[in-house]
Amino acid sequence: MPDRTANCPNCGAPLRFRWSGAVQTTCEYCHSILVRHDLDFRKVGVVAELPLEGSPLQLGSEGVFDNKPFIAVGRIIYEYDQGVWNEWHLLFSDGTSGWLADAQLEYAVSFLTQRSHPLPAPQHLHRGQQFQWDGAVYEVTTITEANYRGVEGELPFEYWDKQRVRFADLRTADARFATLDYSEDPPLLFMGRVVEFDGLRLNNLRHFEGWD
Amino acid sequence: MPQVRALFCPNCGGTIQLRGYAQTVNAVCEHCLSVLDTKAESLRVIQQIQERTRIEPAIPLGSRGTFEGTRYEAIGFQQRSIDVDDETYSWREYLLFNPYKGYRYLTEYDGHWNYVRTLPALPVRSKYLTRPALVYEGRRFVHFQHAAARTTYVLGEFPWQVRTGETVGTDDFISPPYLLSAESTEHEVVYSLGTYTEPAAVWQAFGLQGAPPWRRGVFANQPSPYSRPASMWRRFASLTALLLVVLISVAIITPHERVLEQVYRYASHTPAAAPFVTPTFELRGRPSSVVVRVDTDIDNDAASFALALINDETGQVWDFGADLGYWHGRDEDGNWSEGRRNAAATVPDVPAGRYYLRVEPSIDEAAPISGVASDPNRERGFKYTLSVTRGWFGWWPFLVAFPLLLIPPIAATARYYSFEGKRWSESDYSTYLSS
Repeated sequence: MPDRTANCPNCGAPLRFRWSGAVQTTCEYCHSILVRHDLDFRKVGVVAELPLEGSPLQLGSEGVFDNKPFIAVGRIIYEYDQGVWNEWHLLFSDGTSGWLADAQLEYAVSFLTQRSHPLPAPQHLHRGQQFQWDGAVYEVTTITEANYRGVEGELPFEYWDKQRVRFADLRTADARFATLDYSEDPPLLFMGRVVEFDGLRLNNLRHFEGWD
Repeated sequence: MPQVRALFCPNCGGTIQLRGYAQTVNAVCEHCLSVLDTKAESLRVIQQIQERTRIEPAIPLGSRGTFEGTRYEAIGFQQRSIDVDDETYSWREYLLFNPYKGYRYLTEYDGHWNYVRTLPALPVRSKYLTRPALVYEGRRFVHFQHAAARTTYVLGEFPWQVRTGETVGTDDFISPPYLLSAESTEHEVVYSLGTYTEPAAVWQAFGLQGAPPWRRGVFANQPSPYSRPASMWRRFASLTALLLVVLISVAIITPHERVLEQVYRYASHTPAAAPFVTPTFELRGRPSSVVVRVDTDIDNDAASFALALINDETGQVWDFGADLGYWHGRDEDGNWSEGRRNAAATVPDVPAGRYYLRVEPSIDEAAPISGVASDPNRERGFKYTLSVTRGWFGWWPFLVAFPLLLIPPIAATARYYSFEGKRWSESDYSTYLSS
């Protein structure tokens, strides 16, 4: 896919796109958050200093999921009482997009999924609650209140003014994984699978001194 | 781009070295043991109460070891304790870190080690008899113990909030050599899988000096050195069956034929006491044993028989004898009897042919005649039946072999259940605990 280029409306630096569907990106020079309207970009804010975090991925990291190559083109960083975690926005070779969660080096790949049945309201959600989806029993294992801490790179939606968000993680007996994201109403459902670091065959990773 | 942070403890000013990069949420100052929040740019003391006695981790923090082909660095250490009947039991947990692969754990209790990782999938709730159980990847884990684990000492750094004194509920389920633990709080349940690991393997992985401490007792998921006795019992069953088949086959192919049966009378004062020969009889088949048997009605007396089996055609002789005696009476303890009225002798490998027996019965003159007044002139005699049976067959090999065969499975069963008894004695299901 050819890189599409534009210029930052704030500083004039070239913006490089890996994904034609990007709705939002950040300027890597002036850290402006830019939202696309048709062909124009509008500055909606400035990225706060990203928190220190230890994800081995970075923008441009590549890997493979279900035999489909992907590249990490953007991310959202959340903070909760046990630290931070990253949601890496993945662009797959077939043009689809997904998410790789790196929560303290536990990895899961998931995709936004539409459901015909209504999803549970946040106040009705509790740990241990079970849902039957696609022939599997999903159980709520974690409910997390998180703060949005920053964005980087290309995202499929506008995501820059969120504050406190409630998430619920669900798991199955066969390592399937789902997240309910209550930042929108109705909530968003992401479904996928827990993955091993080695299984993602990642490259172009961050380098940690003394670890190769 | 490594994020090396030079940090100082706000409590004592000592340097803090962070090994777990920005994943670390809390770190313990190794100088003053304060628990510090490392998320903010400047460290913040969040807990100062600590045990005054320092605990030295067996694996020094900062050392690296290889497990399943991946290098991990020991970055955190905590001791956790449970109270049972006024007794405190403590175990130690090491947090291992690799900046790509994440976290693993090593736990140690009484010299027993487990290599632990969190589970990517949920175990399925199940039952084993009346006990709760979990099924994970086709394996059934039986509930072993519920405990309220209290953190009693922390050192190093952690990707989560640590506090001494904090308590979480843990449930251990076992399927040796694996141990499945569920740690639950209100908002989260975390399942982890431990694999029983030989202490020497831990020492080797980290290149630790000296020998690991001795193990005490049997740990929950320690694999039994004894195999399940069921296999021994199956072997016992098949060996017994084999033995029976062999004996029955031998019984079928061995000729078993009574070739002579004669009734005689013996009296000490008559010529019948002299040696005599029996009528001849035919022995057939391959060379096999001949059983000569004497049954008498002897009463408070003893006799001996000098016997010879003689081949009528070749004159070959097999000499042998049979002694018997039987006494009975009554004394202050009631009726008594001893000895026996019959005797048998086996002559092995007798070829086919015509044979007869030469028989010389005699009364044992010196035989004690208990409880009966001795009278040298008393007429002593008895009736007896002489029988000759071609072929020999007896069940006694089976009767001897059967108990011998029983020894290994019984011993294996005892060993196995003794070990399992020690294992479960530490559980919530101990039969030794009244509570």
